[in-house]
Amino acid sequence: MAGRSGGRGWSLGSRAVQAAFLIMLVVLWYLATTRWRVNPLLLPNPVAVLRELGDILRSGEFVDDLRITLTELAIAFALATAGGIVTGYVISRAAYLIRVFEPLFAGIYSIPIILFLPLYVLFFGLGPASKIALGATIGFFPIVLNTIAGFGYVERMLIVAARSMGASDYQLFRYVLLPAALPVILTGLRMGFTIVLLSIIGSETIASLAGLGHRIVHLAEGMDMARMFAYIAFVVVIAVVLNMIVSTLEARGKRQ
Amino acid sequence: MTAGALDIKRILLRHPGVARLGVIVFLFIAWEIAARWFVDPMFLSPPSRVVASLHRVWQTPGVPAALHITLWELGIAFALSVIIGLVVGLAVGLQPFARRSTLPIILLLYGTPQITILPLFILYFGIGPASKIAFGVSHGIFPIIVTIVAGVQNLKPILLVSARSMGASRWHVLRYVVFPHMIPSFFAGMRLAMTGVLLGVLLAELYVSTAGIGHFTTLFTQAFDPTKLLGLVAILAAMAIVLNEVVRRAEVKFSRWHTN
Repeated sequence: MAGRSGGRGWSLGSRAVQAAFLIMLVVLWYLATTRWRVNPLLLPNPVAVLRELGDILRSGEFVDDLRITLTELAIAFALATAGGIVTGYVISRAAYLIRVFEPLFAGIYSIPIILFLPLYVLFFGLGPASKIALGATIGFFPIVLNTIAGFGYVERMLIVAARSMGASDYQLFRYVLLPAALPVILTGLRMGFTIVLLSIIGSETIASLAGLGHRIVHLAEGMDMARMFAYIAFVVVIAVVLNMIVSTLEARGKRQ
Repeated sequence: MTAGALDIKRILLRHPGVARLGVIVFLFIAWEIAARWFVDPMFLSPPSRVVASLHRVWQTPGVPAALHITLWELGIAFALSVIIGLVVGLAVGLQPFARRSTLPIILLLYGTPQITILPLFILYFGIGPASKIAFGVSHGIFPIIVTIVAGVQNLKPILLVSARSMGASRWHVLRYVVFPHMIPSFFAGMRLAMTGVLLGVLLAELYVSTAGIGHFTTLFTQAFDPTKLLGLVAILAAMAIVLNEVVRRAEVKFSRWHTN
């Protein structure tokens, strides 16, 4: 990309701008808290935040919250994946079913499902169950829609050709349908994972008893700003790393 | 008898929409039966009762005002997202150097879960409508920037060169080449932005709210009043569907010139 228009000088210059932007941000943050005396309740000192972050990592107090959030994430994503792929595959077997169900799922997908969080809390309580149920519901839709798109729109020519060469049902699935559908399904799984993660942290923030989202809110309510900033940084890094892992897996799965 | 059944089958096969309606009706009937005979009325109430008591939700003191406030928050957040996103998107997208240096930062911000900093928004903007609008903008602005940058990027250089060689001024190039070319991606961005703004505003509302709908969802949940809660959620869902549909229709309408 860098070599196409402009060459090395360009990309070096833009890297410099990015680095300068980040450094300026930190310097401004530091000056704001030391020189300009912004209220530390609004903006804690970056050094204090760093110290808190070190303390959190050393003491290991994040382990419990992290385990709860990751467990919720894993169960919700597993449920969404199993439900989405099975439902999607069954629907994709008949063009008629696709025409009946695809617009239905797409319509529901366009509603912000987070709206139903109060209902989930009412049904499943404040514990992990309501987060898992909400995450599974929200993650189900991109996965089922992409599974339908993947299996449902395989070129007819390929299927006819495989059949006429005497492929069995299993062979048709293994060597024609699956390779054709996999890239689309993997994209759906990545989208599903991202929004399951979002909705789990979100529902923990709004109403919960434990988890990383709950910890941030708890510190915000205690006005413990430096520690809260440290936790926010921690959660953002975890979210970014998880999303990167999933994107890498997606890219690797597509290459095969 | 069999002829009638065949007729029904033919109608269903020709109009999948009818079958879809059937599926929806079936789900509602299942819900009605479950709520009437199998589930504790403290947790679920049948759709017939929810519909019949919609006016009761409406008459709850403060609910119409809360819906009004939420609608305003959505509108302002969406307008701000579009305006700021358009300006930033053009500034970033039209300059190759600016694009290379700032787009990665913007994409990084777009990729981080903003929900983690929701408490900060409340802290800086208070628990009133300002924090909801700000949080909505933080969700809505990025899709607009990214799609506008993509739209400007796809502009064929030959169009710019020929406009310039025919003596177009900077403004003329923007007005007659860049803008028309950008419209399809701009509207695609607006659709994504509407989804984002809805998510952001509703998240902030549910998190903390003094007068908005979040206040009432909490109230109804704590009072174990599923009839009113379901009614309110249904009204909000209808609102979200209408807003999404308006933007989607606009997208279909305005991107038509480009495809043919």
